[in-house]
Amino acid sequence: MIEVKDLTKNFGDFCAVNHIFFSVPKGTIFGFLGPNGAGKTTTIKMLTTTLKPTSGTMSVDGHNPVTQQHAVRRSFGIVFQDPSLDDELTAYENMELHGVLYGVPSLKRREGIERLLKFVELWDRQGHFVKHFSGGMKRRLEIARALLHEPKILFLDEPTLGLDPQTRNHIWSYIKNLRDRQNVTVFFTTHYMEEADRVADKLAVIDHGKIVAEGSPQSLKERAKTQSLEDAFIALTGHAIRDEESSASDRMRMTRKIWRGR
Amino acid sequence: MSAVYILWLRQLKRYFRSRSRMIGSLGQPLMFLLALGFGFGPMYQKAGGGSYLQFLAPGIIAMGILFSAVFSGMEIIWDRQFGFLKETLVAPVSRFKIILGRILGGATVALIQGILVLAICFIVGFRVENLMLIPVALCFMFLIAVLCAAVGTAIASVLEDMQGFQLIMNFLIMPLFFFSNALFPLEGLPKVLRFVIHLNPLSYGIDGLRGSLTHGFHFGLGFDFVILNIVAVILVGVGSYLFSLIQI
Repeated sequence: MIEVKDLTKNFGDFCAVNHIFFSVPKGTIFGFLGPNGAGKTTTIKMLTTTLKPTSGTMSVDGHNPVTQQHAVRRSFGIVFQDPSLDDELTAYENMELHGVLYGVPSLKRREGIERLLKFVELWDRQGHFVKHFSGGMKRRLEIARALLHEPKILFLDEPTLGLDPQTRNHIWSYIKNLRDRQNVTVFFTTHYMEEADRVADKLAVIDHGKIVAEGSPQSLKERAKTQSLEDAFIALTGHAIRDEESSASDRMRMTRKIWRGR
Repeated sequence: MSAVYILWLRQLKRYFRSRSRMIGSLGQPLMFLLALGFGFGPMYQKAGGGSYLQFLAPGIIAMGILFSAVFSGMEIIWDRQFGFLKETLVAPVSRFKIILGRILGGATVALIQGILVLAICFIVGFRVENLMLIPVALCFMFLIAVLCAAVGTAIASVLEDMQGFQLIMNFLIMPLFFFSNALFPLEGLPKVLRFVIHLNPLSYGIDGLRGSLTHGFHFGLGFDFVILNIVAVILVGVGSYLFSLIQI
């Protein structure tokens, strides 16, 4: 379903993704692990057509994300690392907007919105403004939204970041359920190793832009001769703490706080 | 086309839900109208220009549209940093449709804002000379709005965050307003100022608006209309080109 060959992305003289290869078969839950700044999000951006690679080839649902953007965009749903809902709209309106953008016909759209909002247990909140939602509710809404156009692939960039264990469990059970029922391919990243251990069929660990290990959670643990995936992860990527430079987004978040209620 | 429509609708919904924004952005035009309109009125009258309020009102309406449309266009910056833009950029919709929906949405919001300013002008004593020409005036208001929303989106596509906001405000928006025929007639101005005002596309919008509401045209209805259309098409083109370069 996803095929990546010799993929590279340079930002100036910094190499974010360095000649990586991997493949994700249809119906697989694929975990893409790595420390901060390892190249996970950059890879997702390239697969989802928002960033052009420096070199290498990719195939998503049989299409090329560089030259066949529309076909690729139709094939996947995505939950970004940062929120991407419109706070000033209601849950239903966010779903509706997504459905129209993806060209879902109106009858199917209405059914789909109802089915998915019930699925993530937000149907009774459909008319509420998203700005009043908690982090977990927003995540669930984003997952529902990403599924509205019936994608074959679901990209989840740290979908459970900052959520409590209850909500995390909840979200993963949705996702497993989805794969089992509809054979959706799931590509996710996370920093919670026990999650990755529990839900993933296949993992790849990326560090400094290179894939350092690939295989089932069990095989990674065996390879690193450790009990838990967390230990295996540390053994593979080392103990050093990674720093990411603050981006324009971080600065903007500060400004936004000051500007609230403009 | 439905993608354009839903993005247009989104901006209208956001506008109508934010009363503080609606009322807040009326403050500035109102202040200009009252202070300048009544402050300079007697002097203008003495100089033989007639009622200054009658002259000024179309300029203030254009100003309301200018600010409102540019800011609506610049909302892309917020959307970009707070995520919603990503949602539209990974959708199977061409960038041109996205930008068109946004520009039309921003322009419609600005047009409504302009109509509100027009209503305020009526309340303080402004009178339209030929009611038959109101549709023409609305048409000019919309053209100004499209043009300015396109400018806003073009800027927002280039700026990474709101740090550059003051710069845009002081070196683009304010000059566009002050170096136009919004506040004073062109007759008897220094040559350089006249030249600058002739280069400012907003001048043709204000002339069209003023012409259809009160005084008659300085440049001519047809000329204003053609210039505005040409500039609007160019700016929408530039805006969508710059928008298409955005990588997230």
